Amino acid sequence: MATLNEEELDGAQALIKTLSDLGVEYVFGYSGGAALPMFDALETVESNIKFVLTRHEQGATHMADGYARATGKPGVVLVTSGPGAGNTITGIMTAQMDSVPMIILSGQQVTWMLGKDAFQEADIFGITIPIVKHNYLVRETNDLPKVAREAFHIATTGRPGPVLIDVPKNVSQSPFTGDLDAEIDLPGYKPEEAMDIDSSSLEAAARLINLAKKPVILAGHGAMIAGAEAELMELANRTESPVTSTLLGKGVFPESHPLSVGMLGMHGTAYANKAICECDLLINVGSRFDDRIIGQADKFCAQAKIIHFEIDNAEVGKMIVPDVAVVGDAKVALTQLLPMIEQADHADWLEHINGYKKKYPLGYKKQGGLRMQQVLDDIYELTDGEAIITTDVGQHQMWAAQFYLNDASFKWISSGGAGTMGFGFPAAIGAQFACPDETVIAVAGDGGFQMTLCEIATAVIHKLPIKILVLNNHYLGMVRQWQELFFDNRESGVDLEGNPDFVKLAEAYGCKGINIKRPADVKKKLQEALDYNEGPVLINAECVKTDNVFPMIPAGAALEDMLIEPPKHKMAKPVGST
Amino acid sequence: MSRTITTSDKKPAARADIIDGHTLSMFVNNKPGVLMRICQIFARRAYNIDSLVVSQGRDPQFSRLTLGISGDPAGLPQIILQCDKLIDVIHCYEHTPDDSVVRELALVKIVVEGGEKRTELLQIVEHFGGKTVDLNESSMIIRIEGASDKVDAAIRLMNSYEIIETVRTGKVVMARGEQVT
Ligand SMILES: Cc1ncc(C[n+]2csc(CCOP(=O)(O)OP(=O)(O)O)c2C)c(N)n1
Repeated sequence: MATLNEEELDGAQALIKTLSDLGVEYVFGYSGGAALPMFDALETVESNIKFVLTRHEQGATHMADGYARATGKPGVVLVTSGPGAGNTITGIMTAQMDSVPMIILSGQQVTWMLGKDAFQEADIFGITIPIVKHNYLVRETNDLPKVAREAFHIATTGRPGPVLIDVPKNVSQSPFTGDLDAEIDLPGYKPEEAMDIDSSSLEAAARLINLAKKPVILAGHGAMIAGAEAELMELANRTESPVTSTLLGKGVFPESHPLSVGMLGMHGTAYANKAICECDLLINVGSRFDDRIIGQADKFCAQAKIIHFEIDNAEVGKMIVPDVAVVGDAKVALTQLLPMIEQADHADWLEHINGYKKKYPLGYKKQGGLRMQQVLDDIYELTDGEAIITTDVGQHQMWAAQFYLNDASFKWISSGGAGTMGFGFPAAIGAQFACPDETVIAVAGDGGFQMTLCEIATAVIHKLPIKILVLNNHYLGMVRQWQELFFDNRESGVDLEGNPDFVKLAEAYGCKGINIKRPADVKKKLQEALDYNEGPVLINAECVKTDNVFPMIPAGAALEDMLIEPPKHKMAKPVGST
Repeated sequence: MSRTITTSDKKPAARADIIDGHTLSMFVNNKPGVLMRICQIFARRAYNIDSLVVSQGRDPQFSRLTLGISGDPAGLPQIILQCDKLIDVIHCYEHTPDDSVVRELALVKIVVEGGEKRTELLQIVEHFGGKTVDLNESSMIIRIEGASDKVDAAIRLMNSYEIIETVRTGKVVMARGEQVT
């Protein structure tokens, strides 16, 4: 590798050098004309950055996302202009919806051609405005290091999110004559304010908490991002509250803990949703009250007081108007709150909730074919609940959330806000790069897996020992479930006739493949997959075709209208969200 | 009688008034794209921007925006926070007539030949402290400046003449006293 004289850097080299200084380990991406200077700089600049060539730009974004969710560090993507940048949209939107730090570098046409429909020109700056935390179109070579530093700062502080940097080719190619250590300049961005919590809001929260007889804690992704696990545990113990978590909050409070009631919401546990319905105080730590967890908003916790710990001011009162809002970093806020919280005795309330746990346990039929739930239950057992699980979107995702309990943060990686099919497998690749010594399992449906399965090549080349668990029901199962329940079982656009032989397909890429057909074989075959660490292994589990996920709260219905088992009567079409 | 001036600005149909209109001021980075970010927030939530004034701040690194908007008032506090959250927005406030001074300027082009009609019109102009800024045989351009309701009232009175076009600057707002705009 040629050593470079700092005085002779071009813009691209200055940029890559800055990324390296910022601690970037991996860049996921796909090359192309407008990005050539940046790709060349990856070769000419001495750094620890490893570039991972994906097979599609969407895969690159989800890999960066998986990397970020497993580490808390921003994932970095590098793509070319036009179609390359266009292919990142879904991945950027996914990261934005779930507050994931990500940096997307896109090549762009030369500045004097912008706006002239030049070859592979797309206004990716304009296109991505609604799906990023912030973005840049850099017009001055000397601005590149500063912009990169600002982008990292923005992506990783406050409520994290993706930041896109569009770099025209002449900007990256021109000589750099600026300051590599230029200071960031963001007068409109003050994330440090999140560390300064209004003490009167804390006092008001403490008063409500100390008065509550039937409190419930709702732990969200924000608590995890803030690293508030210990404070949350202390709060739960001191208030003797059942703790439920959102889909993205899974693991921030150990789900195997006696106080845990698991996930709430549309496919949450019956006991979590009942606890929410009956509580007299809901303490939300770091969740934005997504429509998937509140159902009919005006009936959500209608009788209870609500405290909302929230870092993003704009989320307060958006869905649910709290009695007390504590705006700021969840860890700082809880740390300052705890001294004001008295030890409670809520034995009766906990006993009551435990009654629900016994009455409405999560379960599944052991007969009538192989159930996705069993596969997930078995892999939970075989990995002692310690694997990193990434999921795709659909029935398998909800069952994975129900049956794979998480006891630690950053081990559950799932697209929540966006519900992006095709996310799970590439996210697992990113997570495995980030955590080479952990067992990483990608749980996918046969539908979503086929959206990004080309990344098997990426996993094979890097010998990543990912377990790709394809839970194959030959259907777009979750959509079929809605059609069965709400559209008189009229199937429309859900039959995945024409699925490939997934094992043969894996083998064609040089990936190990294992078929599971019989319930009795599951443990043995899963163990075989877990023991194989030379590269990825795809497990195709042929599952019952027409199973349904319960409990279920139809979209927009109130939590108390939860279906714990299949309905006996015809259901009206859901009115809420989607 | 044939006219040389074609009417491009029809007399307004009675419209749901914008009593629910709100005035926001923003202090933002003076950079390309900032307005796009702001406009998307309003458009997505079905708010209409009735007026918009942008100008460079005293420090050219920043710009001042005054937006007159209408839409569901219930969603407004969230929108303000959403705008404030933009990295390029330094601050965003809502102002009411009580806490601020609001001004706008209108230019009104009216077909009027000499005679009594013109004299009458000039009286209206004078009453509202307006000025004739252009005058020829068949038309004149009148400038009216003041609070929006005053400008509205003046134009309402002029509606009985043949207005060809009106152009309004949109509101500019400044908070009174110690308060920041
Ligand atoms: C990109 C994308 N397209 C469409 C959907 C709508 N959708 C949600 S779940 C689902 C079915 C998923 O099927 P599959 O991947 O086979 O998983 P299953 O539900 O059968 O477990 C679909 C089509 C989506 N979430 N994402």
